[in-house]
Amino acid sequence: MKQGNSLTLKFMSGAGFVFLYAPIIAMIVYSFNDSKLVTVWGGWSLKWYAELFRNEQIMSAAWVSLKIAFISATLASVLGTLAGFVLSRMRKFVGKAMLTGWVTAPLVMPEVITGLSLLLLFVSLENMFGWPAGRGVMTIVIAHTTFCLAYVAVVVQSRLASLDETLEEAAMDLGAKPTSLFFLITLPLIAPAIISGWLLSFTLSLDDLVIASFVSGPGNSTLPMVIFSKVRLGVTPEVNALATLMIVAVSIAVIAAIVILHRQSRYNDVNK
Amino acid sequence: MSAFPNPSAVQTKSVPTWRQQDAKPFVQIEQITKQFGQFTAVNSVSLDIYRNELFCLLGGSGSGKSTLLRMLAGFEEPTSGRILIDGVDMTGIPPWERPVNMMFQSYALFPHLSVEANVAFGLKREGIKSPEVNRRVSEILDMVQLGHLAKRKPHMLSGGQRQRVALARALVKRPKLLLLDEPLGALDKKLREETQFELMRLQDELGITFVVVTHDQEEAMTLATRIGVMNNGEIVQTAEPHEVYEYPKSRFVAEFIGNVNLFDGVVVEDERDSVSIQSPDLDALLQVDHGISCAPNQEVSVAIRPEKIYISREPVDIEVNGAMGIISDVAYMGSQSVFKVRLASGKELRITQPNVSREMGSRLTWEDNVYLSWDPDSCVVLMS
Repeated sequence: MKQGNSLTLKFMSGAGFVFLYAPIIAMIVYSFNDSKLVTVWGGWSLKWYAELFRNEQIMSAAWVSLKIAFISATLASVLGTLAGFVLSRMRKFVGKAMLTGWVTAPLVMPEVITGLSLLLLFVSLENMFGWPAGRGVMTIVIAHTTFCLAYVAVVVQSRLASLDETLEEAAMDLGAKPTSLFFLITLPLIAPAIISGWLLSFTLSLDDLVIASFVSGPGNSTLPMVIFSKVRLGVTPEVNALATLMIVAVSIAVIAAIVILHRQSRYNDVNK
Repeated sequence: MSAFPNPSAVQTKSVPTWRQQDAKPFVQIEQITKQFGQFTAVNSVSLDIYRNELFCLLGGSGSGKSTLLRMLAGFEEPTSGRILIDGVDMTGIPPWERPVNMMFQSYALFPHLSVEANVAFGLKREGIKSPEVNRRVSEILDMVQLGHLAKRKPHMLSGGQRQRVALARALVKRPKLLLLDEPLGALDKKLREETQFELMRLQDELGITFVVVTHDQEEAMTLATRIGVMNNGEIVQTAEPHEVYEYPKSRFVAEFIGNVNLFDGVVVEDERDSVSIQSPDLDALLQVDHGISCAPNQEVSVAIRPEKIYISREPVDIEVNGAMGIISDVAYMGSQSVFKVRLASGKELRITQPNVSREMGSRLTWEDNVYLSWDPDSCVVLMS
């Protein structure tokens, strides 16, 4: 494989990338379209971006989405780190495999089912205890935290598994009690995993349409929900501009997550 | 660094502590057993280590030496038995409260901390004020000649430099006992040799008791004041390096440390100051002249080190402690040559000879007929 990439290989990877990214590129290009008609090219312009920032409905939905993404990513990072810790550090016990399965199940659970079951839970909780009163930002945050938690747990668990345990022994040997061991050694070493877990959660929450549709209340539409409802009335160049901005935001987050995870491998090699 | 608080452990220059009858051991390992499920890693080991010793635990992989070290550090609790360090029972005392530091085989440097911060880590956990911490850190870094790299992160250091950071980090707390797990294992040959002497110098300067775990017998021989040879979770011999080499107690020790020629045989004559042994591999009788208590007809092994056999083309008396053979293999190794000599019985002996002369012409070579002989006090009789 080393000696130069053959023409076929180049062609195949090129075709793959075109297949994956041509639609997105088309959308990005059309977001700069001057024409009001989506399918007719009318020259370059930034006017739909200006239009976008004047649209209050979209702006408030964007704010709701960012708020939800931030809070649920943070909650998911805390809970997911704890879960990842338990999964990698607990000695073998009966049901450990089952627990692992349970934590990671939301990764493969159809979103419709997650959304529906959460909706049922919230409604019956409200009937029984009066909480949560109605549905809105709070319920979306809870819903997003549940499924993002699984991602963080998986990332943190794999980081902990690859962490050299003698580092923790060395810290204990040098006089670190379990609490200072955790905050001075373990946490800094798994921080890249937690940060990339946070970034992943942030993008997942920002992207989510299905679950949010189930558990949101009136007046609390997230950005994907607004886009979706707008598109049903026909695609406008404004939506293209919005989608372009979202792609930029998500790409930055994902690239940052990858870069952070890669940097830690340099650290990993030190004691091997 | 500390003065000896224990007046009974008075040191005299001429006699090492471990040879004094009434010396008080510094580390007492009493009947330690460690089981992992069904597997017994360490089996009823008792061992005394004295102040200022550089004690080597020597054994192959799975011999239990590392488990024993980890029990000293407190990472494993013994299944039964107990460990006393400086008279204090260590049972139930967690690693962070033991007066013991360890240098790990992988070095276990904290990758997110600079060299300085790595070394300071242990001092800060003791709650020492930062001017004092800084002073001691730079002192120890100078001692291991790493002062100029204090701000670097571990991944920017070479293997040898990392090893010295790990050593400094373990030494800076001035532990009563320093544990070293294969301290030279990851270094190349030249660096190993330098570091060996470096370790001995530091140990001498700081007066800390060292326990070193190693599988490398050469390393153990050079470093140690005494060696504990381990096999299958037990200590099979504890002695000074030359004693382990010259007077191994068992076939295992003789074969594990250095090279050896072994003859199985039967005692035919047991006199006051010598024993004669007949081996089917040898026409001549084997005569050993130092004190062994054994009975006639007892089956024993006789061990002779390769460098203690004389080899020559000229006929010599081979009626006792001698043999005739043909050189089947020669290996020239610079400072010495190794010969394999096949006897009439088919047995092959290994003989080493220093290359005193530079002349090739007079040197022994393949297919030469040679006479072998050795002194009665060169042989060791092994009962097990």
